[in-house]
Amino acid sequence: MRAYVAIFEARFRALLQYRAAALAGLATQVFWGLVRVMIFTAFYASSTGAQPMTLPEVITYVWLTQALLMMLPWRPDPDVEQLIRSGNVAYELVRPVDLHGLWLARAVAQRTAPVLLRCLPMVVLAYSVFGMAGPAGPLPALAFAVSLCATVALSAALTALLSVSTFFTLTGRGLHSLVIGVLNLMSGAIIPLPLLPEWIQPLVRVLPFRGLLDTPFRLYMGHLPPEAALQAVGHQLLWTVLLVLAGRWLLARALRRVVVQGG
Amino acid sequence: MLESLRVYGCYVAVALRGQLQYRGSVVMGALGNLMVTGVELFGLWALFDRFGQIQGWTLAEVALLYGMANVSLALAEIVGRGFRVFDQLVKSGDFDRLLLRPRGTAFQVAAQHFELARVGRLIQGLAVLVYALVAQGLLRPGAELVLVVGSIVGGACTFMGVFVLQATVAFFTIESLELFAIITYGGVETAQYPLSIYGDGLRRFFTWVVPLAFANFVPGVVVLGRPERFGPEWLAWASPLVGVGFFWVCLRVWRVGERYYRSTGS
Amino acid sequence: MAQIVVEDLRKRFVVAERRAGMLGALAGVVRRRHRVVEALAGVGFRVDEGELVGYIGPNGAGKSTTVKVLAGILVPDGGRCEVQGRVPWLERVEHVARIGVVFGQRTQLWWDLPVVESFELLREIYRVDRQQYRVRLDALVNALDVGAVLDVPVRQLSLGQRMRCDVVAALLHAPQLLFLDEPTIGLDAPAKLAVREFVRRLNRERGTTVILTTHDMDDIEALCSRVVVIDHGRISCDGSLDHLRERAGVGRRIIVDLERDEPLAPTDARVVSREGTRVVLAFDPVRTPAAALVARITREHAVRDLFVENPPIEEIVARLYGEADARGEAEPRPEPREDPS
Repeated sequence: MRAYVAIFEARFRALLQYRAAALAGLATQVFWGLVRVMIFTAFYASSTGAQPMTLPEVITYVWLTQALLMMLPWRPDPDVEQLIRSGNVAYELVRPVDLHGLWLARAVAQRTAPVLLRCLPMVVLAYSVFGMAGPAGPLPALAFAVSLCATVALSAALTALLSVSTFFTLTGRGLHSLVIGVLNLMSGAIIPLPLLPEWIQPLVRVLPFRGLLDTPFRLYMGHLPPEAALQAVGHQLLWTVLLVLAGRWLLARALRRVVVQGG
Repeated sequence: MLESLRVYGCYVAVALRGQLQYRGSVVMGALGNLMVTGVELFGLWALFDRFGQIQGWTLAEVALLYGMANVSLALAEIVGRGFRVFDQLVKSGDFDRLLLRPRGTAFQVAAQHFELARVGRLIQGLAVLVYALVAQGLLRPGAELVLVVGSIVGGACTFMGVFVLQATVAFFTIESLELFAIITYGGVETAQYPLSIYGDGLRRFFTWVVPLAFANFVPGVVVLGRPERFGPEWLAWASPLVGVGFFWVCLRVWRVGERYYRSTGS
Repeated sequence: MAQIVVEDLRKRFVVAERRAGMLGALAGVVRRRHRVVEALAGVGFRVDEGELVGYIGPNGAGKSTTVKVLAGILVPDGGRCEVQGRVPWLERVEHVARIGVVFGQRTQLWWDLPVVESFELLREIYRVDRQQYRVRLDALVNALDVGAVLDVPVRQLSLGQRMRCDVVAALLHAPQLLFLDEPTIGLDAPAKLAVREFVRRLNRERGTTVILTTHDMDDIEALCSRVVVIDHGRISCDGSLDHLRERAGVGRRIIVDLERDEPLAPTDARVVSREGTRVVLAFDPVRTPAAALVARITREHAVRDLFVENPPIEEIVARLYGEADARGEAEPRPEPREDPS
C-alpha cells in the first residue's frame, strides 16, 4: 500500500511537472479521435445495411478509447524492467516483501495516476464538444464504474506479468511489440470489437483483452444491458486472477533460476 | 553530392555493423514492428469487410493510398531516426561534436542513425502496395508507376521534413514536443484513407501546411482515374517535387535553429 | 606568424533561473526569470605557430566558452577572432577541417565499433587521402602504442587506451592546431606520462600548435612554455610559468633542515611553516638573491640539509584566483551555463 501511494504521488507529480507534455498528449489524443470519428462517419455514410453498432455509439466508443488509452498495459513497469535487466532484482529478495504483490501495486498506481489529469479533461472535452454521449442511464453508469475498477485490476495484472516476462526475454523488446499488437486489436483500441468480423468474435470473447476497454464501454453505452454486467465483470475478474497466478508462478520459477545461477 | 552519398553509405555501413551485433534484438524489433502495423492493416481490412466501401472507394483503391503512405513513412523512419532522437544529442552536449566535423550538421544527424527495426512497416507497406498495383493492373512499366514511386519518395521527404522540424525544436527548448506525432503518425493514419472523407480543416492542413496530400492522395486519384481531382492534372504529376520542396524548406528552418544554438551555446 | 588572434572577445549568456520547490516549479511555467552571465568580458591574446599554451582558470571562468569560440562552435557577441586567417564561426566547415579537438570527458569514437572502423569513418568524413591516411595512422599508432587495441570495440577499452585512441582520431587529418581539453583526466600515472610525452613530441617535431585546458597542474608544468589564465571572463595573466610565479608573488622557497631545534627567522624571508627541525621559508628572488640568503643561513645556523625550490603551481594559481576574487564584485560569482572544464 505504501508503494502504491508513493508511485501514485510520483507519477502524479511527474505528470504535473510536464504540463506541456500533458497538453501535447491531450492534443494528440483529440486529433486521433477526430480522425477516427471522421473515418467511421464516412464508412457509415456509404453503407446501408444494419450494423452491430450505431454511428453515435461508435463515436462514443472512440472517445472513451481516447480517454482511457493510458490504462492499457502496453509495456512492463520501466523500473522493474530495469531492476531485472541490471540483475539487481537479486537484492530485492532480501527484503521481506511479496515481490509480485509489490509490482502489482506499482502497476495499479501507474495506471490510475494519469486518470485524473489526462482522462478527465479528455472526457469533458469529448462530451461537450465532440459528440460523445453520456452513460445510457444510472444503472449502466454504475455497471461502467464497477467494470472500470476491474479493468484497472486486469491491466495491472497484465503489466506485472509483462514485467515478469522480462526475465525470459532479456534482449528483446520484440515480445512486447507483439503484445502491443494483440492488445490493440483485441481490446477494441483499433476498431470497436463488435465491428470485427464474425469469425473472430469467439476468440475475442474468450481472451482477457476485451476487459481492458470494450467491456466497460459497452456497459456505459447500454450496448451490454446492466443484467449482463455480472457476467462481464466476472470475465474480467476471472482473467485477473488467472493472470496474477500465472505471474506469481513465472516469477517463482524465474527467481529460483536467479538464486541457483547467482544472477 | 555524390561524395556525400558515398560518405552516407559509410555511415550506414557502420551503423548496420553496430546494430547487427545485437542481431536477435533487431529481428525481434522488426517482427514486432510488422505485427503492430499489421494489426492496423487488419483493422482496415475488417472495416471494408463489413462496410464494403468508403465513399465510393474500394479496398483495392484505398490499399494504394495505404501502401504509398506507409512505405513513405517507413523510409523516413529508417533514414530519419537521428532526427527523432535528436533532443538527446542536444541534452547530452554531443551535438558540439558534430559541429566540430567538416560536414553539414543535418547530414551528420541523418547519417548517425539507421533504424533497421522499422523494416517491419516497410515490408508490410510494400506488400499492400504490390497488392494494390496488381489489383489495379498498374504493376507494369509506365508513367503511372513512375508517378507512384516518385510520390513515395516525395512523401518520404515530407515525413523527413517533419522529423527535421521536430528536431529543430530541440534547439530552442529541451521540452520535447510530442505534438509532432500528430503530423507524422497522425498523418499516416489520416493518409491511409482518401483525404476526401475528412473535414475541410484537416484536408487543408495536410495539403497546404504539411503537404502529405501529395504523397498519395493527389497522385493516387490520377493514377486510379477517380473523380476527386485536385487542381490541374500537371500538379498531380508534379507531386514528388512538392515533398522535396517541403523538405528543403524544413532544412532552411533547421539552419535557423542551428544558428540560434550556436549563438546561445546551450 | 600568429595562428590565433583574439581581440576583445565578448559573450553573454542568458540563463533561466530555476526556482526551488513545487510552487517555484509551477511559477516557472508561467514566467521564467532570467539572468545574464558574462562569460567573456573582453578576452584577447595571440598564439603563434608552434606554441604550446596552457589555458587555465577556475570553473565557470570562461575557459570552455573561449575554446568553443575558437573551435567555431559558438558565435560570440562581439570582438575579433581569427584562427589560421579564418573567422571560425563564419566558415565552420573549412575551419574545423584544419583543427583537431580532444575532449577528455567524452569520446568521438563510435561506441560499438572496433577502433579502426571509427578511424576509417573519420577518414571519409575529413576527406583524407587513403595513402596519406595509411602513413599517418601507422605513425600515430606507433607513437601512442595502440596497435593492440585497434580491433577492440571502443566500449571495451580502458580509459587510458580510449584516450590515446581519441588523440589518434583527432590527428588523422593532420591539423596544424590541436585543442586538448582535460586530456589526462582520470588516467593512471603511466598513461598520463604517455599522453604528455606524445603531445610534447607532436609540438616539437611536427610544430603543431597546442592549446591545452586542464585542471592538472602537472600537465602545465610538464608541457607548457606559456600559460594564459582566465578569470571572470578576463585574461588575468599571460606569460611564462616564471612570469606567472612572479605575478602571483609567491616567490621562491627554501627548505632548511636544522641540526637542532632553534629559532630561524631571517629578516628578508617569510616563514611559511615549521615542523620540528624543518623550516620552510619563502623569499623574493629579485630582492634577495638565493645565494646570499643560503650563505647567511648556513653561516648563522647549524644546517643538516637545505634546498631551494619553486612553489607548486597549484599554489600559484590558487593565489591568482584568490587575487582575482578579491578584485571581483561583491556579489557571488554566477556560474555560467557551460560545461565545467
